[in-house]
Amino acid sequence: MVRRLGFYAVAAWVALTINFLIPHVLPGTPVEAMLAQHPQLTASAVKALDLQFGIGHQGSLLHQYGVYLNHLIHGNLGVSTAAYPASVTSVLGNTIPWTVALVGAATIISFVLGTLLGILAGWRRGGRFDQLLPAFTFLQATPYFFLALIAIQLFSNDWHIFPGYGGATLGVQVGFNAAFIGSAIHHGILPALTIIVTSMAGWMLQMRNVMITTIGEDYVLAAEAKGLSTRRVMFTYAARNAILPNIAGFALAIGFVIAGALVMEIVFSYPGVGYQLYNAVTQDDFPVMQGIFLAISAAVLLACLLADIVYVIADPRTRRRAAF
Amino acid sequence: MAVAVPVAPQSAAIVPRRGQFLRSMPAKAKVGGAILGLFLLVAIIGPAIAPYDPSATNPNALGAVGPTAAHLLGTTSTGQDVLSQLLVGLRSSIVLGVLTASIATFLAVATGVTAGFLGGIADEGLSLLMNVFVVLPALPLLIVLLGYLPGSGDLPTAIVLSALGWSWGARVIRAQTLTLRSRDFIAAARETGERTWRIVTFEILPNEVSLIAANFVGTFLYAILTSVALAFIGVANFSTWNLGTMLFWAQSANAFSTGAWWWYVPPGVAAALLGTSLVLLNFGLDELGNPRLRNTTGRRKRPHARWRPGTGLSTAAHPHQPRWSGRAWRPTDPTPVERAEPLA
Repeated sequence: MVRRLGFYAVAAWVALTINFLIPHVLPGTPVEAMLAQHPQLTASAVKALDLQFGIGHQGSLLHQYGVYLNHLIHGNLGVSTAAYPASVTSVLGNTIPWTVALVGAATIISFVLGTLLGILAGWRRGGRFDQLLPAFTFLQATPYFFLALIAIQLFSNDWHIFPGYGGATLGVQVGFNAAFIGSAIHHGILPALTIIVTSMAGWMLQMRNVMITTIGEDYVLAAEAKGLSTRRVMFTYAARNAILPNIAGFALAIGFVIAGALVMEIVFSYPGVGYQLYNAVTQDDFPVMQGIFLAISAAVLLACLLADIVYVIADPRTRRRAAF
Repeated sequence: MAVAVPVAPQSAAIVPRRGQFLRSMPAKAKVGGAILGLFLLVAIIGPAIAPYDPSATNPNALGAVGPTAAHLLGTTSTGQDVLSQLLVGLRSSIVLGVLTASIATFLAVATGVTAGFLGGIADEGLSLLMNVFVVLPALPLLIVLLGYLPGSGDLPTAIVLSALGWSWGARVIRAQTLTLRSRDFIAAARETGERTWRIVTFEILPNEVSLIAANFVGTFLYAILTSVALAFIGVANFSTWNLGTMLFWAQSANAFSTGAWWWYVPPGVAAALLGTSLVLLNFGLDELGNPRLRNTTGRRKRPHARWRPGTGLSTAAHPHQPRWSGRAWRPTDPTPVERAEPLA
């Protein structure tokens, strides 16, 4: 367990350092980016900005690294250059809920549906559910944005069933009111559907394969021989043991929720983290880029930790293995 | 303890003779391989048989025109021939996929086998490296890195893609090497004084062929899908033709909303078919590595027959198994649980 925690500490440090190095190694500085957007800035203003972003004082890379770590400890992620003077923390605060709500819901639905279909497909090989697999595989192998664009064209432009743009109707007050929630759900259905359809095959395939391996075990045969109902054997005996790898994968997927749907958010102009990151890259908004990387890395590391814990709870055998 | 005996049969038996190997391939893998072969053929001869220069515009073009006899897949809004773009573009996409898969698989095998076989400090360090790369968010990093690489051609793109895509495979191969290392035939090879590199290349690697191949195919798919997505986002070299840039230009010229399906469907479907062929091939490789996944007989079950668990399974345990009985091939290590373990 100590080793695992050690790994997380090192991984977090590596992520932090990469996060620090990327903007410093890549050409261009935040102030240059701001100058490009606002050519009227005077020399003194540029100097002030330099100071604010910590570029002006000619400290060594190591010194800047120290400043960066110090700011991080105090929860100071800097100031966005594109949405100046908004702080990166507030930019993140505005975008993360959108992504977490939509992609999180889609990931959960996709996992539950895919796993269920996988159980059924693995139980009845070559049956109806098993034959769905190639179809889902085709969808998974299709470039995501291609499917999404076709979906927008059909459901939004041609049939006008769902909106194909944005996170909620413009002008609706953001908050806990019926109009906003209804609008957000209405806007979220199409993106969520495209994610579910394209990601389900992975859950289904893994569940099916482990299920097939598990069904061959003696204890499943024994449960059958006892005359237990098919449903009981399928879910309580076979699926319960076969689901372990899927659960581990699910915990990881939850961590990647923040990062995962970048292309979706760009296609749907959805006001989430991915779209924000895309904008930050196109506008050379380094502080926001750094902040988003940090948030993603933190989420993934937390999810890995969660996956470890869940695994130990769900599978007693790993407790023994973790001991050495 | 039978130490010396199993060496030769085990390591020699693992790769069956050529004819046997082809016949033993599962149907899914055959279909996948056939489609992939077709794509590879197009990648080789495509640019030679392209009827037009894919970048040649027609100054008199009045917009995108659907399929005609002169342009079998229609033209873009500037009068470029879609079929020629597809034929030329497929090569570039497939070259990128093969390059990425080769580099990433090499990295995965080198680190995975080293970590798994040597153990100790080397294992600790390499495992840490793999796990750090697994948790790095690939797509955002790719956007930032490739966005800044000057004139990202195929090779820089492939290097960045494989740098962020090798770690999963390395973990799987490490796990497999760990289980192989403790087998009797490896111990026997050690006892007879084989050198480490010889044990690795002649005893370990042949037993991981299906795993390595699956890793190659998986990385190929990842490279194709990621490069297409990156091109769509606008991170690509737009002076060349590939599936991603084709879709990018189609999208930026509103091909989707104007209903110019002949412009965006061919590259999209080509990418999907290529991806599906790779996934099917991987199904087959999976079945090769884990015989329980294989369909016992291949004949269809009657739709209403009452089915019981256990009947269509465990080919290894069935004495009267038609296709695989009497064959020397043995499953090396059918343990999917080991593979799916989180960050072991």
